[in-house]
Amino acid sequence: MGATVKYDEVEIGLQIPAVEYPVHRVNLVMYAGASGDFNPIHWNERHAKAVGLPDVIAHGMFTMSQAGRFVTDWAGDPGALVDYGVRFSSMVVVPDNDEGAVITVSGVVEDKLDDNKVVLSLTARSGDSRVLSKARATVRLA
Amino acid sequence: MALNRDFVGRTYPASTSYEVSRVKIKEFAAAIGDPNPIYRDPEAARAAGHPDVVAPPTFPIVFTLTGAAEALADPDLRLDFAMVVHGEQRFEYVRPIHAGDELLCESTISEIRSMGRNELLTVTSQVTTLQGEPVCTTYNTLIERGGAK
Repeated sequence: MGATVKYDEVEIGLQIPAVEYPVHRVNLVMYAGASGDFNPIHWNERHAKAVGLPDVIAHGMFTMSQAGRFVTDWAGDPGALVDYGVRFSSMVVVPDNDEGAVITVSGVVEDKLDDNKVVLSLTARSGDSRVLSKARATVRLA
Repeated sequence: MALNRDFVGRTYPASTSYEVSRVKIKEFAAAIGDPNPIYRDPEAARAAGHPDVVAPPTFPIVFTLTGAAEALADPDLRLDFAMVVHGEQRFEYVRPIHAGDELLCESTISEIRSMGRNELLTVTSQVTTLQGEPVCTTYNTLIERGGAK
């Protein structure tokens, strides 16, 4: 069990290239069902607009899951994750059209700790907004 | 109206355990759009050194809020759910969750504070096996917009 990326081959400042994750309304419906979060702001445009939102927005946890996938795909094993935290700083607005929305995630190695652990600082954007802030993942490398 | 600070420190043990199934992990992985075979194929998971398919890192959200849900709905707390958004989330992992795990979750309202016009409430949940072995700790911060007025 463990990561495929080697601790000794990773330096502070290493940039992990951005990955784009598309989001469509169907993804939010699936996420609502799987997570049990049926808040209508995530699937009902009429309700979202009635409470002052521009449109249906993605679950924060859906966005956090995309950035989590970015980390586990890079590290090579979900079991390598030691600590993962984010602040939800802006909404991912998901219009009801063929384009939907895109969450773009990138990362940089911010620190190297003992026990083969590294800290990644993550950036997640959608449109013009930074949708996560203080997003950090600690991963135990090989 | 401000949240009732008397709730800080209150702990809510889970009334039942949560049984992690292959089917639920597969459903959750599909919902987040992650095609990693380690979430679906027991052989792929075992090849990576896990006893069975593992759950994606954000999977604990499925069962960790259940414990505190009753507290959050208590009228004495004065939380207006219509104004609640998810502010922050953090997971500290001891080991990955895998299919076959039977888990307990004990949630504590660990902090309530004001930030500007908003009220922030943090629920800390300890996830363990039935034998009490730690699996992960989660921190869920909710923001009640306009609650501090």
